[in-house]
Amino acid sequence: MLLVDIVLPGLVLGGMYALIALGLTLQYGVARIMNLSYGESLVAAAFGAFSLYSGLGLSPLAALLLAVPVAMVVNWLLYRFLLERLMRRSKDRGAQEIDSILVTFGVLFVIQGAMLVAFGGQYYSYSYLSIPLTIMGSTLAVNRLVALLFAALVGGAVYLALTRTRIGTAVRAIAVDANAARLVGIDVAALSGLAFAFGGGLVAVGGVLVSMFLTFNAAMGVIFTMKALVVVIMGGVGNVMGALVAGLLLGVVETAVARLVDPGLTLAATYALFLGVLLIRPTGLFGRAAS
Amino acid sequence: MFSANRRTLLRATGLVAAVLGALASTAEAQEKIRIGYAISKTGPYAGGAGITTLPNYELWVKDVNAAGGIKLGDKKLPIEVVEYDDRSSSEEAVKAIERLANQDKVDFILSPWGTGLNLAVGPTLNRLGYPHLAVTSVTDKAPELAKRWSNATFWLGTSAQISQALADLLGKLRSEGKIGANIAMVSIADQFGIELSAAGREAFKKHGFTLAYDKTYPMGTQDLQPLVKDAIASNPDAFVAFSYPPDTIALTEQAQLLKFNPKIFYVGVGTAFPLYKGKFAANSEGVMGIGGWNADSPRLKDYLARHKAATGKEPDRWASSITYASLQVLQQAIEKVGKLDRAAVAAEIRSGTFDTIIGKVKLKDGLLQEVWSVGQWQNGEFYALAPASLSGARTPVVPKAQWQ
Repeated sequence: MLLVDIVLPGLVLGGMYALIALGLTLQYGVARIMNLSYGESLVAAAFGAFSLYSGLGLSPLAALLLAVPVAMVVNWLLYRFLLERLMRRSKDRGAQEIDSILVTFGVLFVIQGAMLVAFGGQYYSYSYLSIPLTIMGSTLAVNRLVALLFAALVGGAVYLALTRTRIGTAVRAIAVDANAARLVGIDVAALSGLAFAFGGGLVAVGGVLVSMFLTFNAAMGVIFTMKALVVVIMGGVGNVMGALVAGLLLGVVETAVARLVDPGLTLAATYALFLGVLLIRPTGLFGRAAS
Repeated sequence: MFSANRRTLLRATGLVAAVLGALASTAEAQEKIRIGYAISKTGPYAGGAGITTLPNYELWVKDVNAAGGIKLGDKKLPIEVVEYDDRSSSEEAVKAIERLANQDKVDFILSPWGTGLNLAVGPTLNRLGYPHLAVTSVTDKAPELAKRWSNATFWLGTSAQISQALADLLGKLRSEGKIGANIAMVSIADQFGIELSAAGREAFKKHGFTLAYDKTYPMGTQDLQPLVKDAIASNPDAFVAFSYPPDTIALTEQAQLLKFNPKIFYVGVGTAFPLYKGKFAANSEGVMGIGGWNADSPRLKDYLARHKAATGKEPDRWASSITYASLQVLQQAIEKVGKLDRAAVAAEIRSGTFDTIIGKVKLKDGLLQEVWSVGQWQNGEFYALAPASLSGARTPVVPKAQWQ
């Protein structure tokens, strides 16, 4: 059945898009850092998973247990020692954004350079859970399904944490207005750092999981940054549910265009959808009206 | 008095230093051959440059210097390298070439990786008068460019040659009754894919094949399953993909998942990479792709071992050995000319006969003629199949075994 054959693989592809965008939602939307080194961090996590798998035979799913805490600590340190000063220095959100773009642009080259020294420029790929699974007549790869599952679980968990817990509410308050949040007794620096670190942890989840089925090299980060940015902006900056929905939507639309129209037009369809959403809702699908 | 003296002294010291410096630099110019290159260490081309080009530059410099250097007259001069990163950008590559020629004053310049960058730096190298070994470029414009740029040489054949050789091979298999007339073809939507698929369309038609499925996909597509599914629906005897490494891997993976077992499974750039064998292991058996080499040749076996020892990884089985051979040609041309005369070396590269790891090399109109176009993984090695007229061509194993 063609409909199932479009929707299911589309959701799986979209799950991957959502997964790679979740971290950026937190880092950009909540911690207000436009992290240009986002894709490089993701590829670094992919390299980490690859090394653990090929060197120690450790499954990528087990590698998550190691990669996520490490990424969180590294990102927290990055925030604490590099970005926090910028946040404190700049007066308004626009200046913060420009400063963070400049700094993370530098970080991008540091991470990329380190990966080039360690792994060189060539492609890496390995096979894990590359097993066919047939659901309602449509064959899917288990590793891609795992990515979709994680996207849904992690996205749902983060959404609940942000909306149902006290810390989550405080984090959202910062995203709305950092100065006002300070007035009501929220420790803005600490919580922004936490959100940024948590976003870093989610990047690691994305990187480890996509390494199971995508071929990658040290120079590929920008592809992921671009895709994540499209998903985040389309979903509404800072809105986790929005990123999830936007990612899935992109996946289904791309697959539908590839099957029904022409595979050469998938990229055009992505950007047409992106433009369409921005024209109708400039703040994204789930975005708040600009204040 | 004292101050005047000091001034004279200073002046004298300066003069002596300048003279010594000049002496030292002329002495240095005779003691080394300076070779420069700009290569994509970052950006989208880094993947290709990192496997095919850079390791061979490093291996060659190491080999030449270990043997004492390049023989110039009765002296052997070691190579000194000046290296830049062109960041996969045409402007950067051209700038770096200018810098190598005008500022670093290198004696020879090695080419960047890829068709796009080689075409971008072509006019500059031509104007500056440096020999241009455009090894990793595949274009139908090669014969015309070789005519226009007398310093340039092309080593991988043209797009038409590659597609033609594949079509000839499939045509022969069809006349032997081993495959039917249906072909499913997918290609990447950039110059490489467009040229190869256009030439392929024509060549397949000439051999009486039907293109049951013929689609392109944009660069960076992250899910190729829709293409493979529609290709399966067209029920082809042969699946042909003019793809780039990440897609080559992804297409193979999807074909396995969907249990797609055409009699011929041909994928593009990357099939010849050791990564392909490493990832798919026994499943790579019988897969065809661009390139191939005569793996039984003792010289290539020796090259494989040296490449592995020096760089820690195996070379790819398409352009790697040709890249190394082109450097051997450069060295032998310099030695035959006997001086650092770039115009004479460029002319010698075009007209001379050279002894390299890929055998005797004699270019015709600036193009290497004997280039393998189709290879197949057989017993863990990527053997060359076509053009069948070249010596060392293997018999194809058809149909390809089912995926395990």
